[in-house]
Amino acid sequence: MSASCCDACLRRGYLVGLLAGRIAGLLDRPGCRPGGLLALEDAELAMAVGGEGTDEAINFLGRFEPRRARADLRHAEVAAICRHHDGYPALLRDLGDPPATLFCCGRVELLAAVDEEPAVTIVGTRDASPYGLDVAHDLARGLAAAGVTTVSGMALGIDAAAHRGALGARGATVAVLAGGPDVAYPRRHRDLHRQIRESGLVVSELPPGQRPYRWSFPARNRLMAALARMTIVVEAGESSGTLITAEVAQDLGRILAAVPGRVTARVAAGSNRLLREGAPVIRGASDALDELFGVGAHVPVPLSPADVDPLQRRLLDAVEAGLDVDAICEFAGVPVNEGRAALARLETRGLVRRDGLFGWEPARTRR
Amino acid sequence: MPPVLASVPTFALEGVDAREVTVEVDVRQGLPVFTVVGLPDTAVREARERVRAALLNSELEFPLQRLTVNLAPAWVRKAGASFDLAIAVGVLAASGQIPAAALRGCAVSGELSLGGALRPIRGALSIAIGCRDAGFERLVVASEIAPEAALVEGIEVCAVPNLSRLVYLLHGRWRPDPPLPPSRDEPFAARELPDLADVRGQADARRALEIVAAGGHGLLMVGPPGAGKTMLARRLPGILPPPTRDEALEITRVQSVAGIGAGRPATERPFRAPHHTISAPGLVGGGSRPRPGEMTLAHRGVLFLDELPEFSRQALEALRQPLESGAVEITRGQVSLSFPTRVLLVAAANPCPCGVGGERCECGTIARERYRARLTGPLIDRVDLVCQLAPVAAASLAPGVAASEGSATVRARVITARERQAVRLAEAARSPSAARDTPAAVPSCNAELGSRATRELAALDRRASRPLGEALDAGVLTGRGHDRVLRVARTIADLAGADRIAREHVDEALGYRATGAGRVTA
Repeated sequence: MSASCCDACLRRGYLVGLLAGRIAGLLDRPGCRPGGLLALEDAELAMAVGGEGTDEAINFLGRFEPRRARADLRHAEVAAICRHHDGYPALLRDLGDPPATLFCCGRVELLAAVDEEPAVTIVGTRDASPYGLDVAHDLARGLAAAGVTTVSGMALGIDAAAHRGALGARGATVAVLAGGPDVAYPRRHRDLHRQIRESGLVVSELPPGQRPYRWSFPARNRLMAALARMTIVVEAGESSGTLITAEVAQDLGRILAAVPGRVTARVAAGSNRLLREGAPVIRGASDALDELFGVGAHVPVPLSPADVDPLQRRLLDAVEAGLDVDAICEFAGVPVNEGRAALARLETRGLVRRDGLFGWEPARTRR
Repeated sequence: MPPVLASVPTFALEGVDAREVTVEVDVRQGLPVFTVVGLPDTAVREARERVRAALLNSELEFPLQRLTVNLAPAWVRKAGASFDLAIAVGVLAASGQIPAAALRGCAVSGELSLGGALRPIRGALSIAIGCRDAGFERLVVASEIAPEAALVEGIEVCAVPNLSRLVYLLHGRWRPDPPLPPSRDEPFAARELPDLADVRGQADARRALEIVAAGGHGLLMVGPPGAGKTMLARRLPGILPPPTRDEALEITRVQSVAGIGAGRPATERPFRAPHHTISAPGLVGGGSRPRPGEMTLAHRGVLFLDELPEFSRQALEALRQPLESGAVEITRGQVSLSFPTRVLLVAAANPCPCGVGGERCECGTIARERYRARLTGPLIDRVDLVCQLAPVAAASLAPGVAASEGSATVRARVITARERQAVRLAEAARSPSAARDTPAAVPSCNAELGSRATRELAALDRRASRPLGEALDAGVLTGRGHDRVLRVARTIADLAGADRIAREHVDEALGYRATGAGRVTA
């Protein structure tokens, strides 16, 4: 672990963590961007925060003990990778203010892999429609099946659906957090956080234990945009923070694409505008793969169908088509009492699940 | 003239019960004053004016002496005008205008007009029951409500139009015609209930409704506006078995106390659909002078909560305990009342705030999750079945499509299933290990079985229990949901005429179950 991060970069990483609250004082206004602040040298950054913060920072720079910091990291099971190390993704160097150190939990090898094997960032609104959640989920699942890593921010809504889609297909997924990598934010995503740590990677610019600040979300967004060759916006409102990611992706020359939403839907106003401005249209995983690798170059592996009898097959098809119970039973040609019973059996086998109290849906871990 | 004391029994309503109150009248020499003591409210104090005018206008004498009226027991709060008649009769007896002996074994209850006519009062049936239980032989009430009071066997109900007739009656110079309790088969009783034949399609919801009617289970219908949730719910009373005589009396009693009765025995079960802005006391009963709530008005019938998530949390919380125990206890001051609340709960909800649901829904995640959290809130563990409704396809509304099965056919199946339950429950009640843990004292349908009774009466063989075990293992069923599924499976087997619960019955019950499915994951 010690080899993956030099002392200066580690100190810089902890300095940003130390000053996170002070930076918040400078930047935390709605729609703020970290601007050039994170590009400043250590001493300049210390001066920039001003007042007591400067004294505190200078004090810290003089007394920093790399050995203790490393022990803390080991204790928190967090790896630190600095920009002088091979494990640091070269793509991040495209940024004007690349983080000196990335704090990681999980499979750190995924980080360097984004240089060789292109990753896709899927972002969108937290307040997504069921359609948006479905699309984000299926998109990530399809990309995972094709071996493409999915990057997102573990936020509510689209982000979480994308992570879950990738995890569901046993694919690689990277969550870039606005707080420390060991801090599950939002808290209701604790389970998701644990799953991503176990089979994917959680990465952050802030050291362990840091809570996220308002400024650290747009700062995190720049990392998401930089880590992937392609950013897909699934659903974003007109003033969504998601559009910061899109903007950065465009500035860095990455492919910026969007999924079409209903033209009347408020939650899709921003993403539809991107399409209008010329962003490629993404209808599913194969469109994304075509954009990344060229048309037809990369065919996703179909997921293996479950072992079911013909009646169950018909029921599954009907559930997949989003029918209600009456229509499902009619389609399958059984009376409702038998249909209900058959659905319950499929549910027990994990092939369909209940959408809360609202009907049946194919078994997948959306939302 | 020596001081004379008379006492006349009457009744005060307490909830749906009647409490005996004795009106004592003391007449003695002195300045003419008329006082009423014994916790009377304003309406009772005003009885003085009504009694005076009624006596004088009936060409009876109002003694110009010192009159003291006491309402005993003194600690019971007396309200309303129903003591008028007892006070008037007391005055008549104390002033020697009627023979005191004629009052033996006789209770009176009624409001007086200034002209001396008897006005109907609320709760005649409760008063008649209280009267019989207190050992009286005769009850004097206004003619209009006498048929209702006469539903009670074991007392003579005298239908009296006015005060002068009452005096004739007590002097033995007139006898009223005995009031005829209206027969249940009279043509006016056969009110047209909405019929299930009007509902096209919706096979799934119809099936759920049938199970609910057969077993008394709680139902939640989820579907967009216009899918027919209210239409289906209104058809539930028509497929429930008609009330037994005792149940009809309970229903009539409640309606009479609430002042919404028709003065005749109920022939159908009530259907109450309170608006979602209702308060907790409005739903379960309450107020400074406790009145029955919507739940009690729906006693032995259907309580329909449309737009379930819109009801206030307090109102829904208040429903839980009475749903469980079949009665609600309300304490005000020194009095504790009990209202019956055995209802069949049917709730309806939209799939999301915009009501559209499915693919065309435009609600955001946050709004939808907040809505779902409210929907899966306090009442969901009282719901045994959930069914989803889709808007009816235009094709099934077209003329020429075969009409759906009518209520009469479904009701016949429901009655058969209920009879099977009744036989089983009667056998279980005779056995020494009779289930003591049942929430409702005597279960009358599968939904009221306690957890021990469920395991005894809805026992599964190994084949039938397999789906339950698998569902528990797969994490789609919780322990609490387990008994619930068993009870519903028992009802489905009863509908199928099966003595033993088979695997397909359990599977179907699992398919309709609500608990364990409502967990919101974000």
